[in-house]
Amino acid sequence: MSASMVVLHRCCQRSALLVARRQWMSSSASRPPLVSRLLLFLTQRFYDVEMLVSWKHHFKRNQLQKTNAYYGYTEKFYGTDIAAAYYILKLGGGVRFVGQSEWFHADRRGKFSWDFLKFKNTPLEEVDMSQTLINYTGLRNLETQKQLRTLRLRGCPEIDDWFLARLHVFQDSLEELDISDCPRITTGGLAALRNLKRLKLLYVSSLPRVSCPGLVIILLEEMLPQCQIIAEGYDHSVRQAEGERMES
Amino acid sequence: MAAWRQLPGRARAAPGLLTSTRLTQLPRDRRAPLTCRRSLCTSGSSPNDYFKDLQAQLAGMKKKAADVLPGSSWTSLEINTDLPPKRADIVIVGGGVVGWSIAYWLKQKERVRGGVQVIVVERDPTYTQASTVLSVGGIRQQFSLLENIHLSLASADFMRNINDHLGVLNEEPVDLQFNHSGYLFLANEKVAHIMEENYNTQRLAGAKVSLLSPTQVKEKFPWINTEGVALASYGLENEGWFDPWTLLNAFKRKAISMGVTQFCGEVTGFKTLTNIMTTIDDEKVGVQRIKSVKVQMPNSLQYQLVDCAVVVNAAGAFSGKLAEMLGIGLGPKDSFSGIPVPVEPRKRYVYVVHCPDGPGLDTPLLIDYSGVYFRREGLGGNYITGMSPEEVEEPDTNDLEVDHQFFQDKVWPKLANRVPAFEKLKVSSAWAGFYDYNTFDQNGIIGMHPLINNMYFATGFSGHGLQHSPAVGRAVAELILDGNFKTLDLSNFGFKRIVEQEPMLERNIV
Ligand SMILES: Cc1cc2nc3c(=O)[nH]c(=O)nc-3n(C[C@H](O)[C@H](O)[C@H](O)COP(=O)(O)OP(=O)(O)OC[C@H]3O[C@@H](n4cnc5c(N)ncnc54)[C@H](O)[C@@H]3O)c2cc1C
Repeated sequence: MSASMVVLHRCCQRSALLVARRQWMSSSASRPPLVSRLLLFLTQRFYDVEMLVSWKHHFKRNQLQKTNAYYGYTEKFYGTDIAAAYYILKLGGGVRFVGQSEWFHADRRGKFSWDFLKFKNTPLEEVDMSQTLINYTGLRNLETQKQLRTLRLRGCPEIDDWFLARLHVFQDSLEELDISDCPRITTGGLAALRNLKRLKLLYVSSLPRVSCPGLVIILLEEMLPQCQIIAEGYDHSVRQAEGERMES
Repeated sequence: MAAWRQLPGRARAAPGLLTSTRLTQLPRDRRAPLTCRRSLCTSGSSPNDYFKDLQAQLAGMKKKAADVLPGSSWTSLEINTDLPPKRADIVIVGGGVVGWSIAYWLKQKERVRGGVQVIVVERDPTYTQASTVLSVGGIRQQFSLLENIHLSLASADFMRNINDHLGVLNEEPVDLQFNHSGYLFLANEKVAHIMEENYNTQRLAGAKVSLLSPTQVKEKFPWINTEGVALASYGLENEGWFDPWTLLNAFKRKAISMGVTQFCGEVTGFKTLTNIMTTIDDEKVGVQRIKSVKVQMPNSLQYQLVDCAVVVNAAGAFSGKLAEMLGIGLGPKDSFSGIPVPVEPRKRYVYVVHCPDGPGLDTPLLIDYSGVYFRREGLGGNYITGMSPEEVEEPDTNDLEVDHQFFQDKVWPKLANRVPAFEKLKVSSAWAGFYDYNTFDQNGIIGMHPLINNMYFATGFSGHGLQHSPAVGRAVAELILDGNFKTLDLSNFGFKRIVEQEPMLERNIV
């Protein structure tokens, strides 16, 4: 009889464990949706499901690589400038050519006017790639733009520190850069902006993965003395920054 | 099902114990409700329980006594269940970053799931002496040998896509904490031409490096004293530093998730078969084949012989010693077997200094031609620095004690000369680690030993093993599974150069 008592006790314990674990899971900031949680659960039990889930990852990655592929074919027929513009519009961004006041922008459905083909051999001056899927590989399509002065990359989910490190290709021209709201950028990548010595305006608001933002912004100002740094969305009182300096 | 239907009524009959809603949360096991129910009806009679308990205890004791009697199989010695298996396909000796990288790549390249059984044997799972975790964590492309440049480029590429390679489903993504700060090499008049040549090689190989004149250096980094500097080379991309622990653990986590098993124990010997062969010079040499690896369990006399097809020597600074167990280097002086594996531990000190007025966020990993280097550590005005001692002043390698006088006498003067702000600094801590130092030419040794036809080496990286580990792991896995190099041709890093006494030296500026 006592044995059955033990079993009951264990059952209760186990349910408590279950509950505890669930609480722990929900407390983490980004809880995946039900479907993927279910899949993950099944993954731990069945190889087939694991296979499917990893295929899905592969598929997503391939898709991303495809959108960011090198536009070599376009480049061969229309030149580097049109290829770059085409890549940008295809991803849903916007461009302005040197000496033009008119912007070409993809609309919400991804449609854009083909008039930009008129500007063969006119380099780009301003590029707006905000909220697009541009990543490190895609940057290769823009590298030829030696007169690029403004680059807006607000809220791009695929931009990481390696991307920022690659921005040195624009070091002789880039004056304005917006990398606010990019969820993957960390301090290690901001250090790479040191090469952009012509930068006059830098937007670095709301970067969730930058720890001690107060201190980092002071250091950024020190690193790029001629550049105005605009950082909103942080609570950076001087005291906090001091505290961080002491801490680290 | 009957049990279920009865349940609510019974539960109500015993108020205060459990509510019916609680019960429905209990495990889905069909037996579970049954046991719950039973316990509910009998829970009132506790004295009875006590005797039942006692009875069970007594029965247990009786059984134990019977077991100890002669003739039964019970022994008082505890059996270690963490013993490695009797048989494995590939045994990797050394669970540092190189060992785990090889393990990962072997699994990555196997054609069928579970196709090769890989085990990693590590004598110290806390890594108190492993170079990996005691390193500075830098990665650069500024080498002079094409092989090294390509290894770095490939490894940087791996690190950029680290989550595609080492991400594990349902686990946190890997964050290497990579600092894209670059390396800055400073050269004086004497070595400037070497730097220029290296720069050309690096550019050709595809590395993004730039040359700076002293004035440009001063412009970019006003805190550097450019006196004596003739030329500088500065990495723009793929250079910086990262957290070695994270890389090691990421490799380990992924490899284990793919079916590699790790065992704690020290490899103390091998069982081999020897074939006598004759060279063209009529020298008789014994070519060995490892049959099994002897793994000594920690803190005990117990050991296990693991039969295996291939052994990988990734024992870092101690890989020379491991090869010695097979008689390599112990033969007569001018014979084949008298050539040792030229890898030995060399102690290097790393000092952490605090300097509130030191250089800021754009601080690169600076390497001066005097040999001293430093880099930023975090954001709070901390830096880590050090230098390699002269060959004649190599410290003794029996322990990992730090020589603080070395900093005062050798490092600090040079450091403060290059960066005057460092005249006012405070050493806040220090550590020492072993380089897996290749005394022959300070470069990695990758490949099979000519006298042991199933032991592969990946060692001797002398201060750049961490950054090359991803690409080296892939290369060794190719050697083992494909028979030759597929992606990067590293045949120049094989044993041939050692046997023929043709060193592959880096043309360094320091
Ligand atoms: C101070 C310092 C700074 C460095 N800085 C850099 C840098 O900036 N960049 C860079 O790329 N590299 C750097 N390195 C070099 C780098 O750390 C090494 O080249 C690299 O870690 C070698 O890895 P490994 O796996 O071969 O060796 P280890 O990490 O030493 O691993 C070998 C493992 O084998 C185990 N082992 C040994 N013998 C046996 C045995 N008989 N049985 C079982 N297990 C055994 C050991 O316990 C050890 O854990 C630095 C090294 C030092 C010391």
